[in-house]
Amino acid sequence: METSFSESFREFIAKETDPAIRTLRENAFAEFTAAGFPTPKLEDWKYTNAAPLVSGQWSVTGGQIEDVADPDLELLRRFGSDRNGFAALNSAFADLKVIRIAKETSIAEPIELAFAADENTAIFPHILVIAETGSKATIVESYDSTAKSFTNTAIQIIVEDNASLTHYRVQRDSPEAFHYGVTEVSLGSGSSYDSTNINLGGRLSRHDIDVKFTAEGGEAWVDGLYMLNGEQHSDTHSIIDHTVPNCKSHQNYKGVLNDNSRGVFNGKVFVRENAHGTDAQQSNKNLLLSNDARVDTKPQLEIFNDDVKCAHGATVGQLEEEELFYLLTRGLPEVLAKNLLTYGFAEEIINKIKIESIKKDLDVAVLNRLGAEI
Amino acid sequence: MGPNGSGKSTLSKVLAGHPTYEVISGEVLFEGKNLLELEPDERAREGVFMAFQYPVEIPGVSNSQFLRLAYNEKMKHIGEEELDPLEFNDYLKEKAKVVEMSSEFFKRSVNEGFSGGEKKRNEILQMAVLQPKLAVLDETDSGLDIDALRIVAEGVNTLRSPDNAIILVTHYQRLLNYIQPDFVHVLAGGKIVKEGGKELAVELEEKGYDWVKGAAV
Repeated sequence: METSFSESFREFIAKETDPAIRTLRENAFAEFTAAGFPTPKLEDWKYTNAAPLVSGQWSVTGGQIEDVADPDLELLRRFGSDRNGFAALNSAFADLKVIRIAKETSIAEPIELAFAADENTAIFPHILVIAETGSKATIVESYDSTAKSFTNTAIQIIVEDNASLTHYRVQRDSPEAFHYGVTEVSLGSGSSYDSTNINLGGRLSRHDIDVKFTAEGGEAWVDGLYMLNGEQHSDTHSIIDHTVPNCKSHQNYKGVLNDNSRGVFNGKVFVRENAHGTDAQQSNKNLLLSNDARVDTKPQLEIFNDDVKCAHGATVGQLEEEELFYLLTRGLPEVLAKNLLTYGFAEEIINKIKIESIKKDLDVAVLNRLGAEI
Repeated sequence: MGPNGSGKSTLSKVLAGHPTYEVISGEVLFEGKNLLELEPDERAREGVFMAFQYPVEIPGVSNSQFLRLAYNEKMKHIGEEELDPLEFNDYLKEKAKVVEMSSEFFKRSVNEGFSGGEKKRNEILQMAVLQPKLAVLDETDSGLDIDALRIVAEGVNTLRSPDNAIILVTHYQRLLNYIQPDFVHVLAGGKIVKEGGKELAVELEEKGYDWVKGAAV
């Protein structure tokens, strides 16, 4: 399929000097050409039709390579560029950056990765994070485009044995922007990965998260919040894969949908045959603030072992009338009372963020979301 | 006072403006204004307060945040200065003494995980913060152990002043051992069937509600 990206790619690849990376890009672009952008005909894209928004003309920026060493190439090759056309396109144009957290070190300061696509441009960040054995760190991945733009991003995370990684992902792109992101996580023995994914921006955004336990004793938190207004559409697809025994996963996703917005949550948890002693909890709760807002939620558990502890559930509801009345009787005007209750619903997720400046920013963003200032 | 089903809680909720009650006739005049024409939040800002029989839990909203917003809305309404979080915290600490509440409760979500007694004390704390002109305390004594009852009653006594009025809704005379009423009104079948001074409560306790029920029909 010839797209507006084909010409960009021909110009772009001519400048790629590293032969190994050049091959990687070419293969990925061939995958993209074959697959094209996903359409709602695919089960995984049933509710999210991205093609009309992204097939326009974009000024492409990509191709930078930072801190990539030879052993990293093998890890980069493992990225699932074949998952769909977006992921393939990301690999083709990727701005590559590798972050290594050295063995047995603890980094107190959060590692910040901030991106903002300019108007009418497409950006392709691709980050590889390796938290080496016994290390401890926090990464903050944020997206703040201010205009119509196309962010196509990927992060590969490897948490080695006994390492611990906290990951905040805050997507606050322009309400006109298109955003696609992949998070791929692989967890070693006794490791821990705690992620909080905040989705406030984008006209249309989609986040695919895959978390895979590769050795015993790992623990992961995969939590998130999507809070949508106007015509926004946000889709989260996650896969948590228990392939080995005695790992724990916790997933708590919350959605707040106002106006004519649309949310999609699809969470799969696999417990493979060998994965005895698995503890997997999954929850997706949604708050609808208008009659026209809509959410499609599908928590799925696939269990192939008897010796496990698993639970999942989803709810879709509205603000509680008794709670609202209680606040009104204390003199809070209705808009403020609704705001406060909505904040209360989302607070559990926002409160996970231990960096005061980010948390404060989100507090304000969430509280002001419905129009009243606090 | 009044027996079960006499309309005590209905009265409280109607005064506060609960959305499930529709008043089909009559008016409620409070300082010259018909409360029934005001929204619940407007009534509150005019100085009407209801302490709930079953205080509602609000997950994710801290007590201090909630109380500061409510307090500042009132200040805005009466044209007084609002307080920032630090100033309000000092004010709240002072008010919390009224019901012997520790500042540990300020950070916790409103009523979430509170015991029955703590919830009722929290209602009186809200009353102390908002300083209403008229407070309707709906069965504030229900579900309280003797210590909590004493604390709540002392709180109410502290807040009582010539500038405010309190309607204390209760089944039992017990609470009135701690709070001396100026008047006792007995509600039965949706009507006030008897009125008197504090001695009426004692008489009711002895004779039971059957004594006044006949008067309702």
